[in-house]
Amino acid sequence: MRTAVIVFPGTNCEHDVVYAMEALGGEAEIVWHRETSLDDFDGVILPGGFAHGDYLRTGAIARFSPVMSEVRRLAENGAPVLGICNGFQMLCEAGLLPGALIANRDLSFICRFVDLEVVDTDTVLTRLATQGDRVRIPLNSYEGNWVDPSASGRVALRYVDDPNGSQARAAAVANERGNVAGIMPHPERGIEDILGSSDGQVLLESFLQSLVDYPPVPA
Amino acid sequence: MKVTVTINRRPEIADPEGTTVERALHDLGYTEASGVRMDRVVHMDVKGDDVVAVKDLVEEMCRRLLANPVLEDFEVEVTE
Repeated sequence: MRTAVIVFPGTNCEHDVVYAMEALGGEAEIVWHRETSLDDFDGVILPGGFAHGDYLRTGAIARFSPVMSEVRRLAENGAPVLGICNGFQMLCEAGLLPGALIANRDLSFICRFVDLEVVDTDTVLTRLATQGDRVRIPLNSYEGNWVDPSASGRVALRYVDDPNGSQARAAAVANERGNVAGIMPHPERGIEDILGSSDGQVLLESFLQSLVDYPPVPA
Repeated sequence: MKVTVTINRRPEIADPEGTTVERALHDLGYTEASGVRMDRVVHMDVKGDDVVAVKDLVEEMCRRLLANPVLEDFEVEVTE
């Protein structure tokens, strides 16, 4: 079961994601954004960074990269697709997730640990977590303020406090099917105690399990 | 043809930058100012000699790339 970790010009979290996936027993490979086939992969992670310099709007130019039609195909087939931080912004721009991300309410770049509460466990990001559980992982973003005028998004995780003005205090959202998810904080930076937290493990383990069976087969 | 595109965030969507600039104006004593919104303006040259066709083309660019339909409206002005 292999995960493609897509790199755009300006992406900078790809090695952390690959490290985290491998540390948790998964198999992940970095794939350049000009790639036109993801046939050899079972899932996709769009990592964080500043793709195309965040020009125009965050994620707005990245969504037209050649690889994105393959990401869309996998998403429509039900494969696990996860966007972290800048990757979350891309999935919204691409219309694979509802809403959009705008500047933080207080116009500050927020870089600190945040506490999140698990709201919805029927997603590739949260299926191994328990509703009401709390996870503590780092947030590192300026445009983390999610707005969804259609109010159609499913909130998977919400901030315990309200760091950035995000609608419904959403920190992670998913599509209706639950196989496409976006998260603003960084689970890959919270997978070992030496990093200050290992709470991100359950989120990435949920993703790894989803490569094997999603949606879960009822027991 | 010269084209000017104005992209503005819909009134119901928060504009943290506009809010901050408005606060700064008030701090400077300009309490007369309200409803500050930070629009984006794009200028471009577009090949073509038919105003309607050029406008249609640029509106398509707006729908596909220049504006985010979740947040923003746009206005295209063609000047010869």
